Amino acid sequence: MSQLADLRAAVKLPLYMDNHATTRCDPRVLAAMLPYFSEDYGNAASRTHVFGRTTEAAVDKARAQVAAAIGASADREIVFTSGATESDNLAIKGVAHMYRDKGDHLITVATEHKAVLDAHHALEREGFRTTFLQVGSDGLINLEELRAAITDQTILVSVMAVNNEIGVVQPLAEIGKLCKERGVLFFCDAAQAVGKIPVDVEAWQVDLLAFTAHKMYGPKGVGALWVRRKAPRVRLEPLFHGGGHERGLRSGTLAVPLIVAFGEAAEIAVREQPQEAVRLLALRERLLKGLQGNLEHLYVNGSLDHRSPGSLNVSFAYVEGESLLMGISDIAVSSGSACTSASLEPSYVLKALGVGDELAHTSIRFGLGRFTTEAEVDYAVARVTEVVNRLREMSPLWEMVQEGIDLSTVNWTGH
Amino acid sequence: MAYSDKVLDHYNQPRNVGALPKSDPNVGTGVVGAPECGDVMKLQIRVNDDGVIEEAKFKTFGCGSAIASSSLATEWVKGKTLEEAAAIRNTDIVQELNLPPIKIHCSVLAEDAIRAAVSDYQAKRASRNS
Ligand SMILES: Cc1ncc(COP(=O)(O)O)c(C=O)c1O
Repeated sequence: MSQLADLRAAVKLPLYMDNHATTRCDPRVLAAMLPYFSEDYGNAASRTHVFGRTTEAAVDKARAQVAAAIGASADREIVFTSGATESDNLAIKGVAHMYRDKGDHLITVATEHKAVLDAHHALEREGFRTTFLQVGSDGLINLEELRAAITDQTILVSVMAVNNEIGVVQPLAEIGKLCKERGVLFFCDAAQAVGKIPVDVEAWQVDLLAFTAHKMYGPKGVGALWVRRKAPRVRLEPLFHGGGHERGLRSGTLAVPLIVAFGEAAEIAVREQPQEAVRLLALRERLLKGLQGNLEHLYVNGSLDHRSPGSLNVSFAYVEGESLLMGISDIAVSSGSACTSASLEPSYVLKALGVGDELAHTSIRFGLGRFTTEAEVDYAVARVTEVVNRLREMSPLWEMVQEGIDLSTVNWTGH
Repeated sequence: MAYSDKVLDHYNQPRNVGALPKSDPNVGTGVVGAPECGDVMKLQIRVNDDGVIEEAKFKTFGCGSAIASSSLATEWVKGKTLEEAAAIRNTDIVQELNLPPIKIHCSVLAEDAIRAAVSDYQAKRASRNS
């Protein structure tokens, strides 16, 4: 395979194509944060001296940058947290506990991130009830089902913007409009959305929005929850108690270097989003067309039309996902195969789409990002093709399909 | 997950990948597992008139450990009698490949595949002799 060798020579291995999991910290972001470790290290709450006032000003700037990134007008609506997991918990539990006397019913979607799903499970143990909306094979919720699920006991609807496994974008403005009509709060986990698609809390009519720096080329360990202050004024019960930082919603000394970096990362991500979306979409199409040109029996999971631009989740039928990851060990991607998780269950997201377990086991998630190049995509196409072909040659399922056997009629033994 | 060197070796250079003619009276075929569970193994043996396994082939849909377990199984059954082959235990495979607890089911499947191939061959013989 001299062609593969040529393509390999054009890239630096290993390749990173797992930008849904996390992203590389942008050098510009890193440069912005470094002084706040060694020079400007004051506690942002120490207003009595210059160290504190310097970092307080830096946090204020970051707060404005982060607010602007989601179309929020007032930066006092931003609560800094440790990341989207905390923001999800603060939003869902905070609303549930604060509005408990208004109702005990919550609505979310079966394909949400575990942080959202498990926060609901925790509330169910306290007596709250949750409706988990199903999705279609495209991964999208049905607005009529949402409408029908809202009762006079419903206090919160939580729907993510961009799904972390399949990249599908939910109809957020329609959801927001519906929630507004029915007087129900709308929370959106936008961890995978900011910098990928335009995010606008007004256009979506969202009341709370969670996001995190490490998915937008910032550092791990810092995120935010945006909480609407007017029309309606959303109130929250904090998760933990202490010095009353962040208007009492999130006590704890502010992580100034991380917050400064988050501000920088958010500003860059949103400024570059329009051009970046075009570039990533072209790369994703190159990836998909390349794979489709080389391989048959390839299935895209989730809607291609309503999808974050750098995101592609594909099932390579008859090739188990973990064995494929092993073969392409110089390319970092992830799989919905059970073998790659601790649970021995294939991806619950793919299951919710109605993807059969046999295909879920063969799925690979590609997450293209800011540092992905065309040469990397071309290498990935060639390398994945080579390994899929090799593994299909040793797949008994592939052999049966070539012999014309319908796998659904086979009497499998299971185990 | 970190793979043992032996798993990597079998994954990268699987021994005895391929197929034997299913209808050959001297060939026994075992297919175990299910696509929904994420692994299917097909193991085939060719048995000579002395009841010794002369040749073994496999094809596996499954993770690296499943591929390695079946590859190792084909190596081990070669030269063995049917009884000896059927006596191979999954724990031997676990030990040889250094499989972590979460991958033990791969070795169980390989043991099942050997036994299924042996029974298939024996059933063929029985129907021939009757
Ligand atoms: C949609 C979504 N929500 C929440 C999270 C959790 O974010 P964090 O790692 O910042 O806690 C992630 C990332 O894993 C995510 O993709």
